Amino acid sequence: MNPLENIESLAYFAPEILLVIFAAAVIILDLLVKNRESEKVAYLALVGLGCSLVAILITNSILGTNESKNLFFGMIRLDGFAVFFKVLLLLATAATILFSLRSEELDVRLKGEYYALLLAVTFGMFLMASATNLLMIFIALETVSLTSYILAGFLTHSPRSSEAAFKYITYGAVASGTMLFGLSLIFGMAGTGDLATIGQQLPALLGSGEVTALGVLIAITFILAGIGYKIASVPFHMWSPDVYEGAPIPITAFLSVASKAAGFALFLRFFFSGFGNSEVMQSIDLGLLLAVVSALTMTIGNLAALPQQNVKRLLAYSSIAHGGYLLMGAVLLTNGNAAIVDKGIGAIIFYLIVYFFMNLGAFYVVVLIANEAGSEMIDGYRGLSSRAPLVAGAMAIFLFSLTGIPFLAGFFGKWVLFAAVIEGKLYWLAFVGLLNSVVSLYYYARIVKAMYFETAEDTDRLSFSKGTFALLSVFVVPTIFIGLLNIFYSLSERITLQ
Amino acid sequence: MSLQHYLVISAILFSLGIFAVLTRKNAISILMGIELILNSCNLNFVAFSRFVTPSENIVGSEVFRLDGQIIAIFGIVLAAAEAAVFLAIILAIYREFGSIRPDKVDTLKG
Repeated sequence: MNPLENIESLAYFAPEILLVIFAAAVIILDLLVKNRESEKVAYLALVGLGCSLVAILITNSILGTNESKNLFFGMIRLDGFAVFFKVLLLLATAATILFSLRSEELDVRLKGEYYALLLAVTFGMFLMASATNLLMIFIALETVSLTSYILAGFLTHSPRSSEAAFKYITYGAVASGTMLFGLSLIFGMAGTGDLATIGQQLPALLGSGEVTALGVLIAITFILAGIGYKIASVPFHMWSPDVYEGAPIPITAFLSVASKAAGFALFLRFFFSGFGNSEVMQSIDLGLLLAVVSALTMTIGNLAALPQQNVKRLLAYSSIAHGGYLLMGAVLLTNGNAAIVDKGIGAIIFYLIVYFFMNLGAFYVVVLIANEAGSEMIDGYRGLSSRAPLVAGAMAIFLFSLTGIPFLAGFFGKWVLFAAVIEGKLYWLAFVGLLNSVVSLYYYARIVKAMYFETAEDTDRLSFSKGTFALLSVFVVPTIFIGLLNIFYSLSERITLQ
Repeated sequence: MSLQHYLVISAILFSLGIFAVLTRKNAISILMGIELILNSCNLNFVAFSRFVTPSENIVGSEVFRLDGQIIAIFGIVLAAAEAAVFLAIILAIYREFGSIRPDKVDTLKG
């Protein structure tokens, strides 16, 4: 299949182009609008996301099922996998904009740049989900990282936020530099930046002894530093609690869902296309490496979450742990059996859908409570069941779903994931995952206990607008019903990499 | 000069960069360490492109592909963008904390 040339590719690149156009339009509208309290800018950004979504669906329908197109001389690839991640990332951005509109933390004077940056970071994530060239991978990763640093430090008069941005960029710059070094080594081995060509050449190079398995393993370890930092896997997770705590809450929600999803998209495509050959995987023993990283990530995430008092920080550690669960699915990429590899990818995709609803929902409640009760600490959630029964109920559902209590969505997400891991004969890994789910119940239940069994000094009822409840129900309803609907399973099974 | 010479230099540059990031007590020096890391990668790309990437024979003359050089140019641009953002964040840190020593910036922990 020949890659398309630049001009031919533009039609398939319309979603990304629309995002960039609207990012520019948002800045211009911001200059024109006189009233600083106006929310027009945010709505224009939402319109941009809507147009992009329509464009994604149109390109998808032109594409047809199970087809793919290589765009821009093989720099990026448009396939069902990329389309799924684009829709997920786009919805996460839309949710973030809606959260930002309701968050009282964000400074109204800086609105235009904020929404333009959100569109720009979405653009970068689209590229991450579809990059098939080493150069494109690095550019996409840097586009996302650089904009995320600015967004994390967006509260200019909050020391916490500046500190978060500082720690984020220090870790991030080193991680992406290390990753670039690894990419340069891979480039040197294969003599090309194209992932598919690398994937074809590596087995032969390893076989002829031109390239040693150790060399490939070193390069991959360097690259894992960059990808592992994006998905906050051990040992590159240290930035994430501090950044999640310091950043504005909508951005924390965005980073924990969208950034992680984009990181996994890049991870899967990179290892599948570049190193998908099972001989390569076996000769460098990548499976064991990934399995150990996965087990450590969930264990450390869950154990560190136990003593936390700040809900944002607690959810940061919980999202590290969920990254560990997702990595279990990624370990299956190293399995020689193609059916099990597809199962692993399907399980990751299904888990990401579930995680999208339950985690964004939990962060939305954190936004609401920070607005109304002015606290991010667990103490601020005391007696919430009597002060705001509906919000407390929703939070309890999100937290139980994150734990994996039957029969909420999180349970089915874990079910699919564990089933795939057991089918891949990684019994010890599934066992570690199961133990971790039990541990996680303790810290999620602490918030529920504060909401239902403790009383607050302040017993006034909190009032929320109708729009708040409407948005909340967008997350609650899928969190309850997603596992019972067949369509999401079949969706996740249909999406495979080629 | 062979490929090995370039690779050794770039490995030394990379290690110096990591060393600077880990040991320096000043945010600007950390930024310089990061620049060293990125430049070592650029050197790698250019060296590999010159020595490894197959040359093509077009109309009787030997033509070198420039993949690695192009990646290095993008690397330089991205390093500049990163430096700009880093300096802006250092400025914000200085305003809030009155210092650019990373060990003074420690309100978030636990």
